[in-house]
Amino acid sequence: MSAPASVDMAAPLKLEPGGFDDLMRGLWRENPVLVQMLGLCPTLAVTNTVANSLAMGLATLFVLVCSSILVSSLRRLIPAEVRIASFILIIATFVTIADMALEATVPDIHKALGAFIALIVVNCLILSRQEAFASRNGVRRSAMDALGMGTGFTLVLLVMGSLRELLGSGSLLAVPVLGTGFEPWVIMVLPPGGFLALGVILLAQSWWQARRIPANGRGT
Amino acid sequence: MTHDATGHGSTATRESAPAGAPAWRLLATLGGAGALAGLLIVLTWQWTTPPIEAHRALVLQQAIAEVLRHPARWDTLYLEGDQLVRQPSVGADVARLEKAWLGFDANGIRLGVAVTAGEPGFADVVSLIFAWDPDSRRLLAMKVIGSKETPGLGDRIEKDSAFVSQFRGPSLPLKGVKAASGADPAEVDVITGATISSRTVIRAINAAVARWQPRIEAFDREGRP
Repeated sequence: MSAPASVDMAAPLKLEPGGFDDLMRGLWRENPVLVQMLGLCPTLAVTNTVANSLAMGLATLFVLVCSSILVSSLRRLIPAEVRIASFILIIATFVTIADMALEATVPDIHKALGAFIALIVVNCLILSRQEAFASRNGVRRSAMDALGMGTGFTLVLLVMGSLRELLGSGSLLAVPVLGTGFEPWVIMVLPPGGFLALGVILLAQSWWQARRIPANGRGT
Repeated sequence: MTHDATGHGSTATRESAPAGAPAWRLLATLGGAGALAGLLIVLTWQWTTPPIEAHRALVLQQAIAEVLRHPARWDTLYLEGDQLVRQPSVGADVARLEKAWLGFDANGIRLGVAVTAGEPGFADVVSLIFAWDPDSRRLLAMKVIGSKETPGLGDRIEKDSAFVSQFRGPSLPLKGVKAASGADPAEVDVITGATISSRTVIRAINAAVARWQPRIEAFDREGRP
């Protein structure tokens, strides 16, 4: 605790010390999927239904928040040489816990997600937040950052899942909504449908960003 | 247990610490983190195992009843060595023994025998449960209980009722064909676009029947009056 004041002054970009900015950043401006392009593997692979998307999003959110809290509270004890190994160990622990908890509480969704729950361990989104944020900031800000990033990730997965389930199965949360006259586009629940849906969502996001710049006179 | 007695590596200067941490500290950090991780996982495992096991048992019970076509009751046989027995010997690990389930109707007539089977499919092992009548050598029903086959294509072995219903009644061993003629009672139509997954189901059933039929016959000769 030798020179915290000078460190704070050297970082004028941090707008609000309360953490609100940390929370909001992940939702849109630095959204992990749409802007950072991280965590694309589960985004493409398990978003064929709304329920799967929600479970994967919440599992990732849980792992991210728990890991960030633990990493930021232990950040002064972890030597730099073994920090990646320690982060992975912490992340893998919470992934295992999430895996067991999902199987115990929602076995059908656990079955549908298959190997992708275990693969949360290697989701770049989580490791990158530990390395870039939690290992350099306090517990409170790290938790807010993780909550924002995790929620942003979950929201994109939900949009993907809704689009793919609606077009690919004609239903939402397994409730038929498009009626019997609708012929499902089976490709939307298959892997190519994930790429198509992500492409359309990225297109919409880019269009929105490009439209905003002249409107309010500042970029992002 | 980790100690931060060395003084360097504090606050935001961690990245620029000139000298590396001593080896014992690296070991202590990873060892401590590993011990903590192990403790958390064991606690979670203890908490989650009962509901997970209960759910698996429930799913299996429902599957047995379904493939035996809802029998009035069923008996469990255990495979010890190459012998089917009603009561496993004392000290045997019952959970690890292979099992067969004999289904009976209300009059005590045996409907058939259910067993589980597994076979590598298009993606990972397809595990299923099926029942057949060892006397007439006809299949009663089949249900896939675990597969990672391609959604929309290979998973039709589980979800396509036209495919699944073909396993009610054909004679054994099954023959997988494209466009069944209807003349041969052993024919099963494979799914277009899921040929490998369909043939996996057929192969798993044929292999399991070949393995279990002699055991059931031996059990009938010795065990039943």
